[in-house]
Amino acid sequence: MNIRLISRIAVALLFARWKQTLVAAIGVTFSITMFIALLSFMSGLNNLLDGLMLNRTAHIRIFNEIKPNLHQPVHLLGEFKKRYNFIRSVKAGSSRQAIYNSGAITQVLNRDSRVRGVAPKITAPVFFNDGAIDITGVIYGIDVTAESNLFHFSEYVVSCNPLDLKNIPNSIILGEGLAAKLMAGIGDVVLVTTVTQEQFSLKVVGFFRSGVQELDKVQSFASIGTAQKILGKPVDYITDIQVKLNNMDLAPAMAKEYAQLFQADAEDIQAANAQFETGSFVRTLISYLVGITLLIVAGFGIYNILNMMIYEKMDSIAILKATGFSGRDVNLIFMTIALSIGLFGGLMGLLFGFLFSLVIDQIPFITVALPTVTTYPVDYNPVFYFIGFSFSTVTTCLAGWAPARKASGMDPVIIIRGK
Amino acid sequence: MDDAIVLQASHICKNFHDPVVVKVLDDISLTINQGEFIAITGKSGCGKSTLLYILSTMDTDYEGELSIGREIMRGKSEKQLALVRNGKIGFVFQFHYLLNEFTALENVMLPGLKLGRYKEEEVKERAMEHLRKLDVEKLADKKSNQLSGGEKQRVAIARALINDPEIIMCDEPTGNLDKKNSLIVFDIFRQLAEEHHQTLLVVTHDGDFAKKTHRIIEMGDGKIMKQ
Ligand SMILES: Nc1ncnc2c1ncn2[C@@H]1O[C@H](COP(=O)(O)OP(=O)(O)O)[C@@H](O)[C@H]1O
Ligand SMILES: [Mg+2]
Repeated sequence: MNIRLISRIAVALLFARWKQTLVAAIGVTFSITMFIALLSFMSGLNNLLDGLMLNRTAHIRIFNEIKPNLHQPVHLLGEFKKRYNFIRSVKAGSSRQAIYNSGAITQVLNRDSRVRGVAPKITAPVFFNDGAIDITGVIYGIDVTAESNLFHFSEYVVSCNPLDLKNIPNSIILGEGLAAKLMAGIGDVVLVTTVTQEQFSLKVVGFFRSGVQELDKVQSFASIGTAQKILGKPVDYITDIQVKLNNMDLAPAMAKEYAQLFQADAEDIQAANAQFETGSFVRTLISYLVGITLLIVAGFGIYNILNMMIYEKMDSIAILKATGFSGRDVNLIFMTIALSIGLFGGLMGLLFGFLFSLVIDQIPFITVALPTVTTYPVDYNPVFYFIGFSFSTVTTCLAGWAPARKASGMDPVIIIRGK
Repeated sequence: MDDAIVLQASHICKNFHDPVVVKVLDDISLTINQGEFIAITGKSGCGKSTLLYILSTMDTDYEGELSIGREIMRGKSEKQLALVRNGKIGFVFQFHYLLNEFTALENVMLPGLKLGRYKEEEVKERAMEHLRKLDVEKLADKKSNQLSGGEKQRVAIARALINDPEIIMCDEPTGNLDKKNSLIVFDIFRQLAEEHHQTLLVVTHDGDFAKKTHRIIEMGDGKIMKQ
């Protein structure tokens, strides 16, 4: 009953000054609109840029690093066991790049509930023969299906069906830059020489455009089987196992665990790509700062209109108090006014922010680097809407608090005497 | 019934510190019984309004004892005092204090809705009844800033009546009205006192007005000169 009465009085006061009230509400609407649009756009851009690298990078990569053996004979010799031994010019011995027992490892990984998926990979350094010139490059042997599911491989393949790689024997997908150098078209055959001087002919079935030109000048993809054939290795030969996790944050801890368990090297994405996190973080931070600044400005708008209203409505406050409304009631009336402005402005802001995001989403954004992107990226994350709305509510509460307190503390005697 | 004490004030003193201490009220004691129609008169500046603000619980900065309906006012919270004003006291000011955002009817209803003793429909009916009694029911749906001074004052009286208060206090209710409207307002007060046994405490410096009441309290220099 009391709440209904208070909101009724609040609404009456609101509509008595509806123009100023509307201006204050529009201030909130504007800032929330910009907040939503800015964050959606920035986040979309972040996801896009991160996607350039992070989407295609394994959360954990298991491999065998070529390095000198840690267990040198001198360490085992009784006399020198307890000493610190300096050994110069140690060479990496006959350590092999292949992962031992790759089949078993894959099985273990697939059973781990923290793992989203596993993709094997073979790195084969080769020369592409173009007439008299050899171009250094690398062929990655991949499992096309796993690679597409986990690392968006198919999104970066242009002008062919990526599955051709699996279905057509001895086929290859060339990086765009590399294909241009070799002047190879689809259906052409390219000649490659391995480091062990073995020659191979491969049929070009498509091109790959990663968005990083330097990479596209050297890399190309073949199926696992083809890569094993090129290298002359058996069917269990795998040089990398790429693991994608459900929660990327677990990667550093799990990398250590796997290195122990599988007696191999394991590198986590955070160690490999530290700078990307920083970039995203700074961009997000800036968006939030701009959004909050806008909201604070809007908050001052509300504060102003309420202050003005209180001076204008001093007589009304005196009457209300004289006829039995308590300071708390008056406080509630003005808080209700502030919150109505905030909630109305905030909700309109969410709506306009969403519409604005839709508009941004329609603006063409064509870049050679990103074949799948045609318009500006927008992230329609509900979290932004939630944060925007909470912010506007909190700001209006803060802006309304001081004026409402002032109104509730007004002494009716002083006002009535002042007439 | 007639002897029931509605309001009792004993030894009320009030000082203003502005910047020297000025004694505005000096040891005021008075008792008001149910059904009395009392006028407070005195020169301008002798402290009549100040006394009325204290008696109406709006001013709490005083020395002495005040009880309304045998309830002692000292020590009550701001909220409790608001409740007392809402339920037990009707107030009519010199200036026609109505809320401009509301119609005449809504202005009368507001204290009733705040009290919540009756449902909204009943409050509305009662408000209309009071407006009819004061001959302003035709103005019920007009915004209060469209009313004339005399009409506003009658609506204000209706508002003071809405919660059946134990006492109605008025601070120079006719001070801003012409002769004709003053007479109308006075007639209303007399009717309330005589027909409805409404207790009334009216501050006025209109001698003719005062003479027609039951009891005159004359003030001078912060003291009661004559009862
Ligand atoms: N806030 C105040 N500070 C100092 N003096 C005041 C204040 N309010 C009123 N007074 C003084 O108190 C005296 C009584 O005022 P008031 O009660 O309004 O008189 P009345 O209503 O009888 O004309 C006056 O002399 C006035 O100047
Ligand atoms: Mg006065």
